[in-house]
Amino acid sequence: MTSPVLVLLDHAADGALRPSAAELVTLARPLAGDGGVLGAWVGDGPGPDALAVLAAHGVAAVHAVRPDADPALSAVTAEAVTAVLGATGAGLVLIPSTFEGKEVAAHLAASTGAGVVTDADGVQLQDGVPVASKTVLAGTWTTRCSVVGAPAVVTVKANAVPAEPVAAPREPVVVEHELTVSPAARRVELVERTERAASDRPDLSGAQVVVVGGRGTEGDFGPIEELADLLGAAVGATRVATDEGWIAKEAQIGQTGVTVTPRLYIGAGVSGAVHHRGGMQAAGTIVAVNSDPDAPIFEIADFGVVGDLFTVLPQATAELRRLLG
Amino acid sequence: MRILVAVKHVPDIQSERSLGPDGRMVRDGGDGTLNELDENAVEAALTLVEEAEDGEVVVLTVGPDDAVDAVRRALQMGADEAVHVVDDAIAGSDAVSTARVLAAAVRRLSEEQPVDLVLTGMAALDGLTSLVPTVLADLLELPALTLATEVMVDETAGTVTVRRELDHAVELLRAPLPAVVSVTDSANEPRYPGFKGIMAARKKAVTTWTLADLGLEPDQVGAAGARTAVVAAAERPAREDRVLVTDGGDAGVRLAAYLVENKLV
Ligand SMILES: Cc1cc2nc3c(=O)[nH]c(=O)nc-3n(C[C@H](O)[C@H](O)[C@H](O)COP(=O)(O)OP(=O)(O)OC[C@H]3O[C@@H](n4cnc5c(N)ncnc54)[C@H](O)[C@@H]3O)c2cc1C
Repeated sequence: MTSPVLVLLDHAADGALRPSAAELVTLARPLAGDGGVLGAWVGDGPGPDALAVLAAHGVAAVHAVRPDADPALSAVTAEAVTAVLGATGAGLVLIPSTFEGKEVAAHLAASTGAGVVTDADGVQLQDGVPVASKTVLAGTWTTRCSVVGAPAVVTVKANAVPAEPVAAPREPVVVEHELTVSPAARRVELVERTERAASDRPDLSGAQVVVVGGRGTEGDFGPIEELADLLGAAVGATRVATDEGWIAKEAQIGQTGVTVTPRLYIGAGVSGAVHHRGGMQAAGTIVAVNSDPDAPIFEIADFGVVGDLFTVLPQATAELRRLLG
Repeated sequence: MRILVAVKHVPDIQSERSLGPDGRMVRDGGDGTLNELDENAVEAALTLVEEAEDGEVVVLTVGPDDAVDAVRRALQMGADEAVHVVDDAIAGSDAVSTARVLAAAVRRLSEEQPVDLVLTGMAALDGLTSLVPTVLADLLELPALTLATEVMVDETAGTVTVRRELDHAVELLRAPLPAVVSVTDSANEPRYPGFKGIMAARKKAVTTWTLADLGLEPDQVGAAGARTAVVAAAERPAREDRVLVTDGGDAGVRLAAYLVENKLV
């Protein structure tokens, strides 16, 4: 394949690049042909900080598209990506596997005839055809999917590959595009958007370590948060914990919440219901603390502790603090 | 108000699910159900019609013979009518070809009588792509409002407004009717069909359509129309070297040692 690979560069409203960008660029490098890895940036153009990260990771060019409608609308972002596809001839598009990202992918499927694979954890070329790998059925099966339609669109999960800088960084060319959005994409109106306050903890979906509390916490997330802070981990929860209002809704991990793929998952007072497993079973190492020896989570745990989380977690935190000095 | 709800018949996620040699979901386990997340869409439709004190709910599914169970369940919950699109050529459809069939069915239903809203669940618990609602909306040239935790219809203004909660933001989106809206599982609490609902559902008709009824060619759908293909599928091996300890007073210390020894922290 000689065509370039396009990466949708996810960034916050203030222009801060999200971690997915460097990961997707790293994944794209060996797949890109002569044109190299291209970035699509929708909104006000990238600032110097973002450009420095993209340079370090070997992006050849950034296509900065300024639409005349709100880029928070997925239909608007999809039209921006389509415009960049037209301008560059990229044959493969990588998009972060967030809810918004999958929506952009869906618009591309409808408007360009793209084939789409969602939630991939890897992409390779086989005889020039992109083949994406992914886990399915609550993490119990792995599949490889070829994308036969062009362009190929793959949404990629956080942590699919660690971001790796290139040996010889070079400043990406910035190509500016103005976009007049179609009436179709304007049918949806963004009445209101409230950004969530950024937390000091890492983003749940991209975190390397995640500590999760369930009903067993009975609303006291203290031991969970203390361990998480020591490990620089994100805090997650089951739906029971978010439904009870013990922690914000966006902390929910599972089939209908966030999918996490950390190196280490620690669940305390979590039974391991199938809906929850769907969002965490692909974690590298699974640790479970639960007072019930028959809890289903022990079936998938690498290290299980049958015990009370209120004694086990604080003890583990204290010991780790000592060992890690 | 006339609301269509697109629903899917999927293997029960509590059951042992597997993929066949062709990489497709094995669907003959006999424990298929109405996709749990579609119950929220049916519930949202029923509530909207009840609140408007006027209107009807039509459920629509695409799938093999036993997929009719999914619309039957929705009829038991209180939907008024059901349509089942069934055709051998549909087997192997990906999200886009499924949306194509749904779009053709929605078009036909809209010609019979105008449709105000098309509702779906946020995802199907088998493939979990969440692509269908948006692709369906685009093919119908209707606005797509996805992942609603709240759906508000203003019939006088002819608009629908949804609230949705994303990882980084909470949004209110509005669009003119008709529109396609997907709802999450926190939008509502789906009702259980009562005895009356189950009895009433027996009398409700399920219309069956083939591709020909919808003016679709077999090569536009199913594996032929799909733009993705599963080339390999394998069950993940069980995790090895699993350790289970019962706390005798030092489990926290042992846990810490395990994490450090395995360089996990
Ligand atoms: C359509 C649908 C979608 C859903 N989506 C999700 C989803 O995305 N994510 C999700 O998480 N759930 C989801 N659920 C809910 C899911 O089915 C379970 O109900 C939920 O995951 C259970 O949460 P839990 O493990 O916290 O609670 P429980 O299942 O009640 O388990 C609590 C566990 O804590 C243990 N425990 C109690 N006290 C202690 C203690 N002191 N120390 C140690 N252990 C203790 C108990 O032994 C028990 O195993 C969904 C459900 C539906 C129907």
